[in-house]
Amino acid sequence: MEHSSPAGRVFRGVALTLILIFFMFPIVWIFLMSFQTNEQILRIPPRVLFEPTLANYEALISGQLRTAAGNLQISFMRNLFNSVVLSSAAVLLALLLGVPAAYAFARFKFRLGESIAFTLLSFRFAPPLLVLLPLSLYYQELGLNDTYFGIVWVYQLIALPLILWIVRGYFEDISPDIEHAYRLAGHSWREAFTRIAVPLAGPGIAAAGLLSFIFCWNNFVFALILASADKQPVTVGALAFVTASGIQYGQIAAAIVLSVTPTLLLALYAQRYLVEGLSLGAVKG
Amino acid sequence: MARLDINSVSKAFGAARPADGLSLAVEPGEIVAVFGPSGSGKTVLLRMIAGMFEPDDGDILIGGRSVVGAPPERRGIGMAFQNFALFPHMTARDNIASGLRASGNEVASRVAAISKLLKIEHVLSHAPRELSNGQKQRTALARALIGNPDVLLLDDPLRNVDAKLRYEMRLELPNLLRRGTAAVLYVTQDYREAMAIADRIAVLIDGRLAQVATPADIYAQPASVAIARLFGDPTINLAEVSPVAEHGVLSATVAGARMRLGAADGAAPAGACWLGVRPEDIAVSSASTDDAIPARILAITPMHEKAVLLLRLADGTEWLAALPPDVPHSAADDNVFVRFASDAAMLFDRATGLRIGPTHRLKAA
Repeated sequence: MEHSSPAGRVFRGVALTLILIFFMFPIVWIFLMSFQTNEQILRIPPRVLFEPTLANYEALISGQLRTAAGNLQISFMRNLFNSVVLSSAAVLLALLLGVPAAYAFARFKFRLGESIAFTLLSFRFAPPLLVLLPLSLYYQELGLNDTYFGIVWVYQLIALPLILWIVRGYFEDISPDIEHAYRLAGHSWREAFTRIAVPLAGPGIAAAGLLSFIFCWNNFVFALILASADKQPVTVGALAFVTASGIQYGQIAAAIVLSVTPTLLLALYAQRYLVEGLSLGAVKG
Repeated sequence: MARLDINSVSKAFGAARPADGLSLAVEPGEIVAVFGPSGSGKTVLLRMIAGMFEPDDGDILIGGRSVVGAPPERRGIGMAFQNFALFPHMTARDNIASGLRASGNEVASRVAAISKLLKIEHVLSHAPRELSNGQKQRTALARALIGNPDVLLLDDPLRNVDAKLRYEMRLELPNLLRRGTAAVLYVTQDYREAMAIADRIAVLIDGRLAQVATPADIYAQPASVAIARLFGDPTINLAEVSPVAEHGVLSATVAGARMRLGAADGAAPAGACWLGVRPEDIAVSSASTDDAIPARILAITPMHEKAVLLLRLADGTEWLAALPPDVPHSAADDNVFVRFASDAAMLFDRATGLRIGPTHRLKAA
């Protein structure tokens, strides 16, 4: 990076542009598709210039899907609402459980501590299908099938290990002396945890929360098996667009745009917290 | 007003024993420096007093009450850390005030008083990352001092500040610390700092207290050769000798020359000893006498307030001499003769390293 000849600068510009186009193209194309009818989308060759229509969004929001075979009821808005509720609740629960656990793993040595932490991480390695069959049997037994709580619980398999391991690293980076100093100033360990450790690990907690929110949001298999129509998130709900009379590309595109928007906004909002305060200069480096 | 008593405290981490039967008492208002090479257990001792570790054995009492097992926040201890350990998300003011549970007005006035004393009033609204190392260190000191703790623990607080500030703080700290009635334990790796600040120095070597005495006593009468080597710059010169007593006079052969070591008394040492002579007690001249060691100057290091000569004695031993800078008219490769006064000689048992004999240095450092 230190030597940049004119040719190198041009090459870097071209390379960056190519990469940007490569990654942004699908998103832009989906965005354009969401304003087109199925006929316009399937036209060959595709056109960049077209007459935009809001029919796709109307169909989604009104829940009426008009196809060649007749009218279909879809519950996209319900699915979107489910996604928000399930992901938020799952992340909230995972933060409540995971942050204190991460602190314990970071600060205290206890028997089997490493093994427990690794076991929790290994939940991330296991393919979801591996646990789904026994899980669905248990859920039927426990009456947790098709409940919000049941899905939030199973989402802990996604969110909890992530939060635990990311936040643990942040806690380990905080000098224990800072907490010792706070305790010597006359505060209990609980106060040292809530007023020193958690604020200082804030960026890490935000990052872990955001990541696990996105992973929960994108999850498909758990909700597909464990929830029925009225509890399903958008990822499963999108299956409704594959109808007997063909695939509704326009509606799918509009649904994707709508379902990506919340996570995108959240990511943009949380971005500054991820960067801010990572190097606080508390301790002499 | 509470004294700190450490009663035969031991702590082991696996095979390492950073504290091995430590006993020490610090009176209210007294400053005791805990001095020792790195890894000798200084910080472990402080952390046991502060309650970050519990001792395996022994007891720690503050004001006569055992604090072993008590949580750190109930021990009445103020502590300044080597790495400052300021709370990065709070301003300097909130850092200092963090230990006070009092009404807003009282907090404000006490923070104002202590920050005026430490000359940090102008940076109170700054976050720690905006402070210089010196200001961080003063903020950490203010935080430790503000609660008027019974016991004040300072863990090498001047380690991370620049040389000029360290010098200033060495002058200021004793006055600052004596304002209160806290029993102060001051950990340092710098013998000069220990001598400048402390009423007494506790020399910690390998988890044991090798000597606890006033700075002057430790310099003049080190209990062992190991302690003698820790105090003084340049370090003390040593020679292997076997002293003999003749006609009531103790003497030893150093590099072929017979040197008088003072009057022999009943406890005259027998057998192998270390002879120790401080570099500043050595005189160098070009005139030969029978009580001078022939030597050759290998190098001269001018150090402004003194000149340090590296000498090779006739038997190959290398000694250092610290002379006033204007005295030596000598140059490297000159052949010279080395003398020292008999009362400057210290004898240590070669096997145990302990100091023997009546040869007391009267002159303090």
